[in-house]
Amino acid sequence: MRPTFSIIAFTVLSGAGYGLWFLLGLAAASGWPACAAPAADACAAHSAWLAGGLGAGFVLVTAGLLCSLGHLGKPLRAWRALSQWRSSWLSREGVASLLTYLPALGLGLPALAGALGAEAAPFPGGRRVAGLALALGAAATVVCTANIYASLKPIRAWRDRGVVPGYLLLGLYSGGLLLWLGAALAGAAAGAMRMLPVGLAILALACAWLKRGYWRRIDALPPANAGRATGLDALGATRTLEQPHTEENYLTREMGFVFARRHARRLRAFVQGAGFAAPALLAAAAAAWPAAGAVAAAPALASALCGLLVERWLFFAEARHAVAGYYAR
Amino acid sequence: MTSLPPPSPRKLGLVIDLDICVGCHACAVACKEWNDGGAFGPLPDRDPYGSAPDGVWFNRVHSYAVEPEIGNRESGIANACRSRPESEEAAPAIPDSRFPIPGASALTVHFPRSCLHCETPACVTVCPTGASYKRADDGIVLVDEDKCIGCQLCAWACPYGAREISAERGTMQKCTLCVDRIYNETLDEADRQPACVMACPTRARHFGDLGDADSAVSRLVAERGGYAPMADLGYAPVNRYLPPRPRRDAARDPAEVPREETLDPAKLPGVLRWLDRVLSR
Repeated sequence: MRPTFSIIAFTVLSGAGYGLWFLLGLAAASGWPACAAPAADACAAHSAWLAGGLGAGFVLVTAGLLCSLGHLGKPLRAWRALSQWRSSWLSREGVASLLTYLPALGLGLPALAGALGAEAAPFPGGRRVAGLALALGAAATVVCTANIYASLKPIRAWRDRGVVPGYLLLGLYSGGLLLWLGAALAGAAAGAMRMLPVGLAILALACAWLKRGYWRRIDALPPANAGRATGLDALGATRTLEQPHTEENYLTREMGFVFARRHARRLRAFVQGAGFAAPALLAAAAAAWPAAGAVAAAPALASALCGLLVERWLFFAEARHAVAGYYAR
Repeated sequence: MTSLPPPSPRKLGLVIDLDICVGCHACAVACKEWNDGGAFGPLPDRDPYGSAPDGVWFNRVHSYAVEPEIGNRESGIANACRSRPESEEAAPAIPDSRFPIPGASALTVHFPRSCLHCETPACVTVCPTGASYKRADDGIVLVDEDKCIGCQLCAWACPYGAREISAERGTMQKCTLCVDRIYNETLDEADRQPACVMACPTRARHFGDLGDADSAVSRLVAERGGYAPMADLGYAPVNRYLPPRPRRDAARDPAEVPREETLDPAKLPGVLRWLDRVLSR
């Protein structure tokens, strides 16, 4: 499949944004940041931190969604995509992404007000509910995104059982790296600065393991085959004698992408190295020496994002569509 | 509405005979011509007269070489080719052809590819806008170009490559089964058929109701063992392809075909028989 910038940017950026929202939502649901009313300064600092994190997620998610509009032939009609949630994962993704803005704003705006010195939120229970809704909404949106691809039977690589867990895990991983960077910038307590990198190192290894399994399984898939596409394999070995057209067309451009499969080995090694191994090492170092955390978080995030962009590029570029069989030589 | 309608008793579709298709592309050209000027709406090309024209065609005719010796003999169309053929084997094979061609058992098969108007098409259910839909009363799969946002997910969902996006319009386009011809009362009744069917010079294309077991197309499918490609994906295509008939000399083992010319001097006229004897000394 042809890897388009709009979809790669959308899934990586919004994946990180939803990962961050998920973690912040869980934190809010579990009652954090808990601040006693008298300690007003600490309260404002906590609120500023929460507002900043939710704001970063907002920017990423919104930028990703706007990028996705770039993939449309008629972007001004995008609102129509909200109507068919009964059957279409793409429509469900649209609905879920818009609904997730509600708890994000419900949590973020009071936090912003708190950071600017307003009274503590009158409904601390409401914050827990909003946090839970935010975490659920973020996870649901990513599940919908992954299922857009995982539901397409003509693209066998995407039917793999690792696709939906992969989108969730990579979103959580990149969101976690953002959270770590935010915590480092805010000068969070030493306990948090030790726990976060440990969790991230484990997550990075889990992601690397998951992608390794995915790549092994898709390598075992049969190549494009004209006999299978046409059903003529029942009569014998089938090879193309003449293509139906002399120029490229939409199908050969969109579904006949070869470049990635030719260079897959090196690109995969880059994903494992820059995307997972380097951030895992940085996180492990930061867990050992929490003082280093403030320095390690930013390069870890940058390296991981580069790796994830290539990972997503490969996800599209390596996948082979059944239509390629008709054009197979 | 992209949820599928309940299955309709009428299933309009095409039956394409791979045995007699000569790969002339007349179907593709007639289709392009009708749909560029028909009531459905134009199929505009980008740079149509330039060096790299680009546009949507509803038919694409592939040509393949099939080597019959090797292959999976278990599937449906092989059985279709085999089951018919007691009578075929009784028919005289080309007896001891004087012109044996090495590898002559390879078939050239032309394969016109277009929308199969599936009974459970994923291209419809994945559509987020309701632009892609299946008609409840005759099963034709259509795109409402006024609602299509051009997200291309339906093209990804179709294993048959039936959908192409229009670079000029930004919307998805696909075979309409000439819905603007087949119900068109201003046309003579004989002309109320898809343009590709009307144009085919070998009558390799047939149009009709595949939901009616007694229709001409259904009888043709039953008689010739019509099949749907990639049926295992589960989209239940309505269109059928009729497999190539077995070759008359397919039963012969290629190893038995004599490689050298043979000459029986006894059958020669007298002068040549004498000459043969003299020259053979």
